Amino acid sequence: MKKNVLLGSFATLCAVTALTFTVVSCGKGGGGNGAPAASGSATTSPSTSSLTGDIRIDGSSTVFPIGRALAQEFMGKNPGVKVTVAESGTGGGFKKFIAGEIEIATASRTIDEKEIAQLKEANIEFIEIPIAFDGLTVVVNPKNTWANSLTTAELKKIWEPGSTVKTWKDVNPIFPASPIKFFSPGTDSGTFDYFTEAINGKKKEQRNDAQTSEDDNTLVTGIAGEVNSIGYFGYSYFEGNKDKLKAISIDNGNGAVAPSPESIQNNTYAPLSRPLFLYVSKKALDSNPAVQAIIEFFFSEGTGLVGQVGYVAFSAEDYTAVKAHFDTKQSGSVFAGKKTVGMSIQQILKG
Amino acid sequence: MSIAPPPPRISDKAVVMQAQVGKFSRIPLRRRVTDKAFSVLCMIASLVGVALLGLLLYRIGLDGYKRVSPAFLTTFDNWRPHLAGVKAALVGSIWVMVLTALFSVPIGVAAAVYLEEFNRRKNRYSEFIQLNISNLAGVPSIVYGILGLTIFVRWLALGQSVLAGALTMSLLILPLLITVTQEALKAVPPSLREGSFALGATEWQTIYRQVLPAASPGIMTGIILSMSRAIGETAPLLLVGAAGFITFVPQNLKDGFTVLPIQIYSWANMPEPKYQEAAAAAIIVLLVSLLILNMAAILLRIRASKKLRA
Amino acid sequence: MALIQGTGPTFTRVNNRSPRRLKEGVIRYLCLACALISVVTTFGIIWILLIEGLHFFQEVPILDFLLGTKWSPHMNPVSYGVLPLVSGTAMIAIGSAIIAIPLGLMAAIFLSEYANVRVRSILKPLLEILAGIPTVVYGYFALTVVTPWLRSVFGQERVEIFNGASGCIVVGIMVLPLVCSLCEDALSAVPSTLREGAYGLGSTKFEVIRKIVVPSALSGIMAAFILAISRAVGETMAVTLASGNKPSMSMNPFEGIQTMTAYIVQITRGDTPSGTTAYYTLYAVGLTLFAFTFGMNIIARRLVKKFRQAYE
Repeated sequence: MKKNVLLGSFATLCAVTALTFTVVSCGKGGGGNGAPAASGSATTSPSTSSLTGDIRIDGSSTVFPIGRALAQEFMGKNPGVKVTVAESGTGGGFKKFIAGEIEIATASRTIDEKEIAQLKEANIEFIEIPIAFDGLTVVVNPKNTWANSLTTAELKKIWEPGSTVKTWKDVNPIFPASPIKFFSPGTDSGTFDYFTEAINGKKKEQRNDAQTSEDDNTLVTGIAGEVNSIGYFGYSYFEGNKDKLKAISIDNGNGAVAPSPESIQNNTYAPLSRPLFLYVSKKALDSNPAVQAIIEFFFSEGTGLVGQVGYVAFSAEDYTAVKAHFDTKQSGSVFAGKKTVGMSIQQILKG
Repeated sequence: MSIAPPPPRISDKAVVMQAQVGKFSRIPLRRRVTDKAFSVLCMIASLVGVALLGLLLYRIGLDGYKRVSPAFLTTFDNWRPHLAGVKAALVGSIWVMVLTALFSVPIGVAAAVYLEEFNRRKNRYSEFIQLNISNLAGVPSIVYGILGLTIFVRWLALGQSVLAGALTMSLLILPLLITVTQEALKAVPPSLREGSFALGATEWQTIYRQVLPAASPGIMTGIILSMSRAIGETAPLLLVGAAGFITFVPQNLKDGFTVLPIQIYSWANMPEPKYQEAAAAAIIVLLVSLLILNMAAILLRIRASKKLRA
Repeated sequence: MALIQGTGPTFTRVNNRSPRRLKEGVIRYLCLACALISVVTTFGIIWILLIEGLHFFQEVPILDFLLGTKWSPHMNPVSYGVLPLVSGTAMIAIGSAIIAIPLGLMAAIFLSEYANVRVRSILKPLLEILAGIPTVVYGYFALTVVTPWLRSVFGQERVEIFNGASGCIVVGIMVLPLVCSLCEDALSAVPSTLREGAYGLGSTKFEVIRKIVVPSALSGIMAAFILAISRAVGETMAVTLASGNKPSMSMNPFEGIQTMTAYIVQITRGDTPSGTTAYYTLYAVGLTLFAFTFGMNIIARRLVKKFRQAYE
């Protein structure tokens, strides 16, 4: 009897493990070809520096892909520096920034006045660096053959608080009378804030019967799963799922413009291009040479990464202006508390 | 040396007796049918779980098997989705798990021993402690994250380190560990303790030499359950500051870290389908590590119960 | 200190030699200290939640919070009624308990009473693996398997893509191994003499289980149920993914809901500025959740005490 327990359970475990490792080795045979090339990136760069230090980056999950690419490429050139990137949300990132736990906070919205006040209280000076555009994309199901472009007025009609739009016909009489399902990013996301401000005119006001999710991939799942759906999120999620979704062109009075890297960069895709930010602690910048180096690295090589991770880079002139602004080491925010929707980066920087 | 009786399972004698009852019984048909139906129902119930496990593994295997390879285990995360690997997360998970076990197992077992053995006559105070423990088991993990962030990261100034992560995780699994250990201790027959006392052993000697060995298979179950919980937790470590992207492994207790579930969560949130694949592959890695952990623990459990019976 | 006085030795010591007694004492207090960590943890949690929650209650009247039926802290017009979140949490807890408790108990009975050693040694570790699958994975399982299945059975129009039922099912699956494992331990601990006695009186196995084994193990079984429900209440990631983030009082399981925990995740990952009332909802909801589980545990413990059957 006793032997049976031992043998029995051991045999089971062996069997299960063997099974699992079979799966593993299957993977090796099938898809292993691509994997060994893993060290191909910038990790083996000849020109390495002797810079050391820790850089902790935290904040918006929207900016996370840029932070990750920047950190990796920077560490490839500066193997002595340890960079970590986390995604606790813009609010969570600023909370850590205020507590002095991180050197760089990333944000998908401008810093809030309350956060500026808390930073002042904690005696932390910060420098604001806009780094890229995200183009908010309005999407529908690909089986939706009727809606190809919408005017901002139509969008407002659909999304404004107390909207009476229930079916597509309510938007435009030539559309079918099928009921719409609404999908929206989480109400505490920067995406929601920006979209409501740009389309409905007032921040944080929107019809209240939309399904919301913090996870843009679940929105993708939702819209891809409901024929009569409409929703919006960042451009990169559309680009990653082009086969399952259809983007709506936006008509802001000057004809319908489809979201694309070009139209977002030159501001013709209006009013839905929004800037993303880095906020750097001035103290860290002065005392930790690695922080200064990673920002310099962003302007010299990092801007090329932006497009590769699904966001839209500024024009070269815009980056020059941003860099010039950074070089003045002027602390504080030029974006906060301003209506910046539809303005170009240079316009905003000039005040 | 142990004088413990065999664990109280159905003895062979009972099986024989029952067989005899079955053979000569005048038990009415209805009762026998109910009996049979119930046994089948129970079997189906236990297979449901296994079937679901199969379905789950199948889904995940389908999505991720292409990416699992030695290279996947030995490379760091990468912003190019097809090059991303789990090295940092895997090593980080091991760090957190070992540290968590180191902190929580002695404390958890000691607390259970206090509540069940040193304090067999229940009073108001132990009732209060008990209430606390079962209540803590229901506190959502994310609240432990808030606690860990405030106490370990900020007050004790451990920073967003692997040590802070492990301490938070220890607090998280303690209630489960204590409760299960208590149940294991409860299952030890009082006669064992009485016998030991009668031979002149002190309380601690009785606990250490008789009760704990007799309860060890149950305690092992508790440890497996708790560690399984710890290895799969995401939310508290997200708050304590496990990084979504990191390309080094912790060298010491104060270093930054990430763990497998965080890596999975982070990848699953990415727009690129290649990252979804990597997430599925990381789940496979997590499940295999879990399996290895379980296997080790089960072997220990078997050894413990074998020693007990010898 | 009163705590320590209250706990005298249970058995008369035979041996009074003092070094040994000293050692016994030291060990005893060490164990007590370990047990007290749980109390410290509880007070730590309450303290933190209260301090931060106060910021919220300075802005929002407590009754508006507790009795309000509209939860919309981030969308104008703002409203801070927590009841929709409570109702969402209750739905998940009850729904998952309906799935996990009978299945888990029956699986435990099978493992402990029917299965032979070999079957048991296969099934038990398999179920324990289910317990270790990260909750995020269950969330994706809900989205890719459970919800499509529900929608094909009950109709695309009736079942929303995020729905309460899907959350109940995956959380039920998730706590199943916990229920099963703990119940099995409790059942196995029932002395075989009790069973043998009943067989001797001519009972069938089912009758022995129903009238002898389960009642004898009731304390452990109830403890398992409580832990399972507590876990379901506190479950976060799977529910967030499966059931969505739409706070609603609806009891229709096919509609999207939001639980208290899902809300906490939402805010900790979102972009809400720290220091605002909207941000402090995190702690107010945390506090509510804590009070919720605390009350539930007190009730449950009363029940267990009432049913507890001491044998030997």
